[in-house]
Amino acid sequence: MTTPPDTNRALDIAPVGARTHWEVGGPPVAGATEVRAPVGVLAYEPADMTITVGAGTTFDELDRVLAEQGQQCALDPRSRAATVGGILACGLSGPRRLRHGPVRDHVLEVRFETGDGRLVKGGGPTVKNVTGYDLPRLFVGSLGTIGVLHQATLRCRPRPVRSQWFTGVDTARAFRPAARLWDGRREAVLLEGVDVDVEAEGRGLAALAAPPRFPDGPHRGRISVAPGAVRACAAALTRTPSESASAPGEVRWCAELGVGTIHVAADDAAALARARSVAHAHGGWMLREAGGSAADDGYGCALPNAALMRRVKDAFDPAGKLNRGRLPLGAVHA
Amino acid sequence: MTDLRACVGEGRASDEPLELALYARDAGVAVGRADAVCFPGSGAEIAAAVRVARRHGRPFVARGSGTGLAGGSTPLGDPVVIVTTQMNRVLEVDAQTCVAWVEPGVLNLDLSREVAPLGLHYAPDPSSQQACTIGGNVGTNAGGPHCLSEGVTSAHILAVDVVLPDGTEARLGSLAPDAPGYDLRGCFVGSEGTMGIATRIAVRLTPDPPCVATILCAFDSVEAAAATVSGVIAAGVLPAALEMMDARITQAVEDFVGAGYPRDAQAVLLVEVDGLEGGVATQVDAISSVARTNGATLVRVAADDAERALLWKGRKSAFGAIARIAPDYYLHDAVVPRTKLVDVLRRVYEIADAHELIVMNVFHAGDGNLHPLLVFDRREPGIWDRVYAAGTEILDACLDAGGVLTGEHGVGIEKRDLMARMFSVDDLDAQARLRDAFDPDGAANPQKVLPSGSRCGELQRVPDGTWI
Ligand SMILES: Cc1cc2nc3c(=O)[nH]c(=O)nc-3n(C[C@H](O)[C@H](O)[C@H](O)COP(=O)(O)OP(=O)(O)OC[C@H]3O[C@@H](n4cnc5c(N)ncnc54)[C@H](O)[C@@H]3O)c2cc1C
Repeated sequence: MTTPPDTNRALDIAPVGARTHWEVGGPPVAGATEVRAPVGVLAYEPADMTITVGAGTTFDELDRVLAEQGQQCALDPRSRAATVGGILACGLSGPRRLRHGPVRDHVLEVRFETGDGRLVKGGGPTVKNVTGYDLPRLFVGSLGTIGVLHQATLRCRPRPVRSQWFTGVDTARAFRPAARLWDGRREAVLLEGVDVDVEAEGRGLAALAAPPRFPDGPHRGRISVAPGAVRACAAALTRTPSESASAPGEVRWCAELGVGTIHVAADDAAALARARSVAHAHGGWMLREAGGSAADDGYGCALPNAALMRRVKDAFDPAGKLNRGRLPLGAVHA
Repeated sequence: MTDLRACVGEGRASDEPLELALYARDAGVAVGRADAVCFPGSGAEIAAAVRVARRHGRPFVARGSGTGLAGGSTPLGDPVVIVTTQMNRVLEVDAQTCVAWVEPGVLNLDLSREVAPLGLHYAPDPSSQQACTIGGNVGTNAGGPHCLSEGVTSAHILAVDVVLPDGTEARLGSLAPDAPGYDLRGCFVGSEGTMGIATRIAVRLTPDPPCVATILCAFDSVEAAAATVSGVIAAGVLPAALEMMDARITQAVEDFVGAGYPRDAQAVLLVEVDGLEGGVATQVDAISSVARTNGATLVRVAADDAERALLWKGRKSAFGAIARIAPDYYLHDAVVPRTKLVDVLRRVYEIADAHELIVMNVFHAGDGNLHPLLVFDRREPGIWDRVYAAGTEILDACLDAGGVLTGEHGVGIEKRDLMARMFSVDDLDAQARLRDAFDPDGAANPQKVLPSGSRCGELQRVPDGTWI
């Protein structure tokens, strides 16, 4: 599935990372020139808890370098092969968002090339900074439509001494856990900290040997609903036995309690579409992460403030060259 | 004026010179001039006021309490000043999901007080929290001592209802963890009123920690204190707050509130750690040992809540204490990497000495966020020149050390013309284009944040009637 090429246009450009999140959002344009970002750690000062990497650096590499110094950056992508550029462009946060915050809160400075070929720096290298507009946050989640990321400076944190998943009936009791998941059968909670705290908080819960897994399948999506609606929305994804056998297939899901993200997977596109309509019925929306029907534009809903977003897109990519099709903003150029 | 009164109500709009004079500046040094001032009572009234201003060809400026220090709410270009202080209600609190919807004029501390019975608080705590508004905090992306581990304002804002510069209303962000498309919420927070006015704000509330320890450390030298700050971070400890005060501040605070700081110390650190008992104990040990290794003359953990409160009262009264001893002060705000604190602080004292000025330092050390404070008496001839020269040199020293121009007070007017020291022509052009996407006519808080000439085209544009 791709957006058809337009022979009357200037060259389309598509930044490429590790292709681990390639199907996220709208379908990419066919025949685009693929560009790749530099790889490697450019600066790391453990005592400042900041690291600057080329956007092509994989999360695996980043995490390995930080772990050597007892640090981490809680980007937590689904695949460790994902690149920093891809993670930032998709803006998909991992389950530890509950405690560590979303991807956008870990980014201090970005340097990217705009659609009209300028190298732009936004933000700054220090852990605190309000100089000028917040281009790092604008970049996160922009799906490569405003620039090709060259490098980013990230905020790091001490790695917890102990990190352990537990399951039990009362996972809400834990004080600010790192993550809480529910898949309809059981609740799991990730406790991080020093040994005595993890043990004290985990009392009455059962330790899990392996972390819970997100559902997998050829058709995948990510539902975003207000945290207050997450249980109702997730429960509605499960078909009751009374529903007819000819109805579309099963939706497998795992919900991030307290956050409002629900990871869904299905074996057919119709089931994924059903998950999206459940999300809409609960005041949320669903981003396509993989698969989906041929008509799926990735979002399945009108983007809020689309006119303003189009002007933002235009500001950085006036010719509309970057990742056409990824973000369905409607025509930038009338 | 008639149109303005029609939308906000009789008695809620004014162009009386005395009233206008009150809104001609914020807590910083720049002074401007308002054309009219109004006090809307709702988002709809703010939208109406913006449309009236636009219809009359006037820009507008959003204003909270006016405690900003960079001239953000100082009116330039004869604008209508739109003050949010009448909109001070906490609208909804959901303790289950830790979210509150508030009006922009709610005072920062009032919000935390209101949710305290639920065991929650609003984490960003600027030193001005008794006086500044949540809307103003959104405007400046404000920080505070406890933002070290919890993050500054932007990390605590889920959604904002805004009036855009064209007078239309929009919701940026959402309670759902991600809103589809660009993070316009993220752009708006910290835009200093140049992208519109926040009329309703959804904030994230933070559960109170079960265990808190506040440590007071004293040192014989500023260097030793600064080395301790760097050492604590290097040891892999990220405290909840890590504040530093030098000898002059410490003494002024002691005279003012008697917080229990040692009067003979050259510098004191106030360190707080919170969370679960075990983690707190481990961090207290680690911090104490780094402090002792760096020659601390005192390491004292507050025995109870009363002592903790007193230690913090000292820190939060620092500016009040200074106001009693010097008629004027110029407070700077810059950030350096935490590993550079020792060197940069030394430079700050050298620069002040060279200009024969007194400098005091009270700041968010854990973030590397310096607040050198130059105290003076404006009646002294030529003093402003020296204060400005010293300030500029201090900022240069911070930038040379790999730092940034402002960590929390914002650019406003104060640092607008210094932006080119940190950003290239292309960087500034990109920022100008982003601003134009929100405000094509430049009606929202004009002449702030970006220096004139930021748009690439502006430099080359030839004025009408010019012969080449
Ligand atoms: C003694 C003292 C200590 C301080 N300590 C700190 C500190 O620790 N940390 C810190 O960050 N700051 C600090 N400040 C600075 C100041 O308090 C903050 O910048 C604060 O966020 C300003 O809030 P305000 O309500 O006074 O806003 P104002 O000063 O009125 O406005 C600030 C900016 O926000 C914009 N604005 C106001 N309301 C809105 C709205 N509703 N929508 C959009 N934009 C809006 C304005 O146009 C302006 O650009 C301190 C100031 C003083 C005087």
